[in-house]
Amino acid sequence: MTELVSIRQTEPVAAGVRGAPCALRAVALNAFFGATQAVRDVSLDLPANEVTAIIGPSGCGKSTLLRTFNRMHETVPTARITGQVFFHGQDIYGDDVNPITLRRYVGMVFQRPTPFPTMSIRDNVAAGLRVQSGDKLDRRQVDEIVERALREAALWDEVKDRLKASATGISGGQQQRLCIARALATAPHVLLLDEPTASLDPLSSQKVEELVYELRKTMTVVIVTHNMQQAARVSDRTVFMLSGQLVETAPTRVMFTAPSDPRTEAYITGRFG
Amino acid sequence: MSATAADRGHPESRPRASGLARRRGVSVVMVTLTCIAAAIAVVPLLVILAYLLRQGAGALSLDFFTSMPKPVGEEGGGMANAIVGTLMLLGIASAVGLPVGIGAGLYLAERRGTRLANLVRFLADVLNGLPSIVMGIFAWQFLVRPFGHFSALAGGAAIGAMMIPLVTRTTEEMVRTVPQSLREAALALGYPRWRTSLQIVLRTALGGIVTGVLVAVARVAGETAPLLFTAFGNSFWSTNLQQPIAALPLQIFTYAISPYDDWHAQAWAGALVLIALVLVISLIARFVTRARHGGGHD
Repeated sequence: MTELVSIRQTEPVAAGVRGAPCALRAVALNAFFGATQAVRDVSLDLPANEVTAIIGPSGCGKSTLLRTFNRMHETVPTARITGQVFFHGQDIYGDDVNPITLRRYVGMVFQRPTPFPTMSIRDNVAAGLRVQSGDKLDRRQVDEIVERALREAALWDEVKDRLKASATGISGGQQQRLCIARALATAPHVLLLDEPTASLDPLSSQKVEELVYELRKTMTVVIVTHNMQQAARVSDRTVFMLSGQLVETAPTRVMFTAPSDPRTEAYITGRFG
Repeated sequence: MSATAADRGHPESRPRASGLARRRGVSVVMVTLTCIAAAIAVVPLLVILAYLLRQGAGALSLDFFTSMPKPVGEEGGGMANAIVGTLMLLGIASAVGLPVGIGAGLYLAERRGTRLANLVRFLADVLNGLPSIVMGIFAWQFLVRPFGHFSALAGGAAIGAMMIPLVTRTTEEMVRTVPQSLREAALALGYPRWRTSLQIVLRTALGGIVTGVLVAVARVAGETAPLLFTAFGNSFWSTNLQQPIAALPLQIFTYAISPYDDWHAQAWAGALVLIALVLVISLIARFVTRARHGGGHD
């Protein structure tokens, strides 16, 4: 699959290529909130079309690291970063990169479901689509994409008869899959999931996990999770963080059977965190 | 608490029992006092309503809403022009006050903590405490004098300016209740900040803002002082925005200070209509609030 991708405003055809080995690459990345440093000197390659899980104890900077990948980190007052992040070879913190354009390629789903309460189920899924296409899509095109996204998020059968109902009237697990559908509707290249099952019941969590497993066929997924079983189940690679630093990154199977760093072993065998 | 020798035999029970009885006594007294205070607080409203009904209901008829004022000495007549005038003034006031108030409130909530936001919030509170007669003088200076005549526009602008701080502060409060997570969700979808604020945040807070707006409208509906030398009042039928226009509070004022008994009766009836208008707006506001809190699902 070779598709030209550009997040730069000034070079519309300058190229990263979809399908290149690395979807995202962080180089000597530091992230701060005011004087507090949440991410320390992280360098990391995230291979395309793989699921990468980021694990580590609370407050280790996993979510912050994730939020530097779509420049959501900087939306918090006093937050800043140093270092670089490359998306298909392009520095996303470059002067000519518009974060809004970047976020159209790098989607994100949060810990708690965040359906827009004033919109119907259909309009929620179409929300990002509308903004990104400049409101130019006609009704039929929107309907098609909404259906595809809801099917991908394994929610279509549950909501197809009430697409016009309020999005706050469905269960928490359905709302979270709705948020995933909303992110998928715009066909992002990378999907960032910030503890997507933390507020869900086990059955809903399982559905989301199955979904993540399917998504790797078409996109790169980065999932932050507290749940090590979940990381082991859904991911191809696992990244272990501690106190803002990247301790170890390895294929998931290796990480969970033969971790090379004693701190990783201590964490995954449950001796702390 | 003083412990006597007898008390020491029962260090636990005696002093504690008497202390409890005393606390209960104090509690009963305080509850009674606050009940009385609460009763006194609502008594004026009830007395006013009852008195208005007694004095005003007699002069109230369909005619009152549909006819024009009659010259002194003639029977009957109504305040159709003043009722329409008040509604038009409220319309102009809303056109002036709502966009500015809602916009300012949105700014205060979305840019909270910045120095400019804190300054604007402080100034809005000062504006809220500004005597309404001062607002009237101000409007006269800038909207009446330069044009050489009183006008509905000047009156509407004066009470519209009084709405601004009210609408600003409720909008700010309501927008602040919108969870940060919704803003983040919109930004992460590629919404520009301005679209996030207008299409996600403002829409989510809209129910509360509508309530606040209605409360502000009800609040300025009875303002008289800012209209005295702006809208001025008019004994004839006029819907011309450039001309002086009648308004219920002004008409009540004019009739009440007149020496004629039938005008006094008309003033009472006008007051009754005005308070009914405010009451209806307040009820709609409550209804909107309830619909918002109860109607989240389906």
